[in-house]
Amino acid sequence: MTETPFTGGIVGESRPRREDPALLTGEAKFIDDLQIPGALWLACVRSPHAHARITAIDASAALGIDGVVAVYCGDDLADAWEAPLPCAWPVTDDMKNPAHYPVAQGKANYAGDIVAVVVAESRYAAADGLEGVVVDYEPLDAVVTIEDAESDRVVIHEDCGTNVSYEWPLVPDPDAVEAAFADAAHHVTETFVHQRLIPTAMEPRGVAAVPAPHNGNMTLYSSTQIPHILKVMAAITLGLPEQKIRVIAPSVGGGFGCKLNVYAEEVICMALAQRHGVPVRWTEGRTEASGSTIQGRAQRQTIELAADADGKLTAVRATLLADMGAYLQLVAPGVPLLGAFLYHGLYDVPVYSFTCKSVFTNLTPTDAYRGAGRPEATYAIERAMDALAVAVGVGPDEIRSRNFIPTEKFPYDSPAGLVFDSGNYQPTLDRAKELVDWDGRRAEQVDRRAAGSTTHLGIGISSYVEMCGLAPSRTLAALNYGAGGWESATVRILPTCKVQVVTGVTPHGQGHETCWSMIVADQLGIDPDDVEVLHSDTAISPLGMDTYGSRSLAVGGTAIWMATEQVIEKARAIAAHMLEANADDLEFAGGNFTVKGSPDKEVPLAGVAFGAFTAHDLPEGIQPNLQAQVTFDPSNFVFPFGTHIAVVEVDEATGAVELLDYAAVDDCGNQINPLIVEGQLHGGIVQGVAQALWEDASYDADGQCRAANLADYLVPSAAECIDMKLDYTVTPSPSNPMGVKGIGEAGTIASTPAVMNAVVDALRPMGITDITMPASPMTVRRAIEVATGGAS
Amino acid sequence: MEVSVTVNGIARSADVEPRTLLVHYLRDVLGLTGTNVGCDTSSCGACTVLVDGRSAKSCTLLAAQVDGADVTTIEGLAGADGLHPMQQAFHECHALQCGYCTPGMVMAAVSLTDEYDDLDAAGVREGLEGNLCRCTGYQNIVAAVLAAGE
Repeated sequence: MTETPFTGGIVGESRPRREDPALLTGEAKFIDDLQIPGALWLACVRSPHAHARITAIDASAALGIDGVVAVYCGDDLADAWEAPLPCAWPVTDDMKNPAHYPVAQGKANYAGDIVAVVVAESRYAAADGLEGVVVDYEPLDAVVTIEDAESDRVVIHEDCGTNVSYEWPLVPDPDAVEAAFADAAHHVTETFVHQRLIPTAMEPRGVAAVPAPHNGNMTLYSSTQIPHILKVMAAITLGLPEQKIRVIAPSVGGGFGCKLNVYAEEVICMALAQRHGVPVRWTEGRTEASGSTIQGRAQRQTIELAADADGKLTAVRATLLADMGAYLQLVAPGVPLLGAFLYHGLYDVPVYSFTCKSVFTNLTPTDAYRGAGRPEATYAIERAMDALAVAVGVGPDEIRSRNFIPTEKFPYDSPAGLVFDSGNYQPTLDRAKELVDWDGRRAEQVDRRAAGSTTHLGIGISSYVEMCGLAPSRTLAALNYGAGGWESATVRILPTCKVQVVTGVTPHGQGHETCWSMIVADQLGIDPDDVEVLHSDTAISPLGMDTYGSRSLAVGGTAIWMATEQVIEKARAIAAHMLEANADDLEFAGGNFTVKGSPDKEVPLAGVAFGAFTAHDLPEGIQPNLQAQVTFDPSNFVFPFGTHIAVVEVDEATGAVELLDYAAVDDCGNQINPLIVEGQLHGGIVQGVAQALWEDASYDADGQCRAANLADYLVPSAAECIDMKLDYTVTPSPSNPMGVKGIGEAGTIASTPAVMNAVVDALRPMGITDITMPASPMTVRRAIEVATGGAS
Repeated sequence: MEVSVTVNGIARSADVEPRTLLVHYLRDVLGLTGTNVGCDTSSCGACTVLVDGRSAKSCTLLAAQVDGADVTTIEGLAGADGLHPMQQAFHECHALQCGYCTPGMVMAAVSLTDEYDDLDAAGVREGLEGNLCRCTGYQNIVAAVLAAGE
C-alpha cells in the first residue's frame, strides 16, 4: 500500500487559501462582473407551460421597445445549429435521445423551455423585451410523475414512440440472485423516493460570447465547470472550427454539478454573437434557473436485501426508475450508472443485481448533482440496512459490523464488478459512535420513551463507500461514455526558479490553487507562494477534462505530481552535469541537489533552472528549460469511505425535526490540506441534510415548479445548521502515487441517510418505517397521524 | 434622474433610470462589481451592503432611495494596512469556498458585530439568517464572525 510520498513538510498542513483575498475584497471577477464594451444582452422567452404546441409568436411589440435589437424564435435560428445540444453518455445503443435544440421548434416540452430570445442594448431593455413577445400556445397534457411517464399515457417525444429512454441492467448472475432470495432467512424490501433537488450554486449561470468577426475567433466566457468539454461540444453544435474557439471560465461561484453541462444559452450567445458581429451576453435570474439549469436526484428506487439468520447479507437487488426530465442533458443518462455499482454499499455481498429504467417527463431536465448516483445508492442500502437490523433484532451498528467488507479482503472484487482499492471500515463506525456518545444517547432515548416524552430522540447511522476520481478511460468506454477520464498537467520552472503549473481541472470553490501549489512546493522544496497555478482558460490550458466526480486531486493532482517528478528528473540530469557527478549519486532535498557522500558538492534548484534556461552548457541530448507535461489516465477509481451519525429530535406535536448532533468520520486517504477537506465535508454534509429535511423542487399536476426561487426552495441558512464533529482515519489509496481519494461529494453522499435513519429511529416505536423526504413538519406530522390512527 | 451617493467615502453621482436598483447602480454604473446578485426574491443576501452603517440588501432598494446616503461596499472594507478584521477572520477560518456569497456575508457580519457586542454562536447564526451560503455549511463562517468579534 502506498504511504505518503511527501517529505517536504508542506503537504498535510492546514494552510489558509491563496484564493481568499481576491474573493474577500470584490477583486475576483465572476461572469457578470466582466465589463464587455458593446455587448448586447440576451433574454429568453420561456414556455410557461410544461407541454404545449407553439402556434404563433408575435414579436412586433417587443421590437417597438426602446433598446430591443432583435427577436428570434426557434425557426429563425434553425440554421445556426450543426447538431442538437449534446448528450455525451448514450448508455445503451438503443437509448432514445430526442433532438434537443437550443430554441424549441413547434413544441415546448417543459416550463422553461426557450421558445424565443430577445437581444437588446441593456439588461433592462432585454427584460422589457420579454414582455413584448406574445406567444400563442396550445397546452397539452403534461407528464409530471415517473409512473405516468412509464405508462406512456402521453408520449412526449412522438418520434421516440415511448417515454422510456433506456433500460440498463447489471445482473452478473441472475440464477444466483433468485437462489439467494429463495434461501434467505430474512428478505427486506424497501421503496424510497428521491425528490427533485435544485443544485443552487450561489452564483447563477452566465455567458458572454465575444466574437472577432474578421479573423473568425470566438471567445466564450461562461460560468462553467467544464471549459474544455464545452469547447469541443460548442464546436460540434455550432459547426465552428474548434481551433477558433477559446473558452474561459472566470471565477465560478459554485457548481455542484449544475455547471457540468452544455447549455442552450451558451450556444445561443455564440450563434447570435456571430450573427450580430458583437458580443452577446446573458445572466441567469434565480427564478429563471428553475427552468434553465438542470436539477438533481428525482428517482424512485426499490431495494431488496437477502440475509441469513444472523443478518449476514447474501444478495442485494435494486431496481430504479429515474426521471431524465424533458431532454437528455450532457451526462444525465449516466447518473444512475454512477450509483449502479454501489447498492451493496460497503458490505461484503456475494450476489448482486441492479436494473434501471429512465424516463422522460415534462419537467426541467435532470443531470449530475453533487454525488450523482452515489447518494441515491448509499441512501437505499443504508436505509435498508436499518430495516434489516430491525428484522434480525440487532442494533444498526451491529448489523453493519457483521457485514463490512473485511480489511484483509482489499483490494476487494465487488459483486458488481469493481475493485475497491482500499478500506478499513469498522474504525470509522467506532469513532463516530464515540463522537456522538452513542451509549449515552441510546440511554437518553430509552429514558425519554419511558417518561412518555413527546419529543423523541432519533439516532441514525450511515456508513458509506463511494467511487470517485472519474475515471479510467477504459471503464468509461465499457459504460459507453463519449470521452475519456484522463487529466493533463504541465509543470514548468521559470528562469528565476518560480514555477507555473498548468492544469486541466477547473475549480469553482475547491481551493485548487492552494492545494496544487502545496503539492509542487513540497516536491520541489520551495515556497508554495512561488508556485502559480493556471487553469480554466483553454488557450492557457489546452488539454483538460475539467472538474466533477471528485476527480480533481486523484486524477488532476496526480498528473501534477507526476509532471513535477519528471521535472525533478530532468533537473537531476542537468545538476549531475554541473556537479560532474553521476545522476544516480545525487540526492534532492530542500530544493538542493547534493552528491551522496560529498555534502559540499551541491547545486540549488535555482541554479539548475537558470542553467536550463540559458542552455549554455547542457548535457548531451537534454533540451533547454525545465518543463514536463503529463497526461494521467487512472487505472482505477478511488473509494473514500466513512461513517456519519446524526442525532435528531422529533416533536410529536408539530412534526418538527431538529438536528441535535452530527459526527462524521471520513477516510479520503492522504490529505493535502486538512482545512480544505474539512470545508468540503461541512458544506457537503449540509447539502445532504438539506435533502433529508428541507429542500424539495416539487411540481404540481400541471408541471409547474412549486419552489422555483429561494423564497420557496429551502436552502438552509446558518440558523438551521449546527456545528458538526469531524474526525478522520487515513487509509491511502494504492490507485495513485499520492495515496489520495476524493472528498468533494462524500459529505453529501453520507449525510442524507444518516439523518433519515435518525428521523425514522425516533418514530419507529409508533410503527413508522419510512418518511418521504424532505421530512418537513407537515410530512412528519401526517405520518404520525396515520400511524397513531388520527389527529392527537 | 440624478442619484448622488457617497460610496466608500467618495461622493458619486449619476443620471440613471428611476427604476435602477441600488445593486445595479453600484455594479453597472459605478463599476463596483464586488457586490453580487444571487437571487430575485431578497432571500440570499449576496448583495448586502452597508447603508448609513446598517446592512441592507441592495437588490431590494432603488438607487433613488439611497440618494444622499453613505454606502459601504466590500471594496470599501480593506484599508491601506490590509484586510478588515472580518475579512482576515474569514480567511484564517476558511469561511469561504467559491466566494460568491462572501462579500454579502462579510458585510452582514460587520453590521451584526457592530450592532451587538456579546454575540454567541447562536446569535451569529440567527443574525446571519438572511445570507445564504451553499459551500461552507456555515460552521467556519460562525467561527470567523466570533473570532473577528474578539
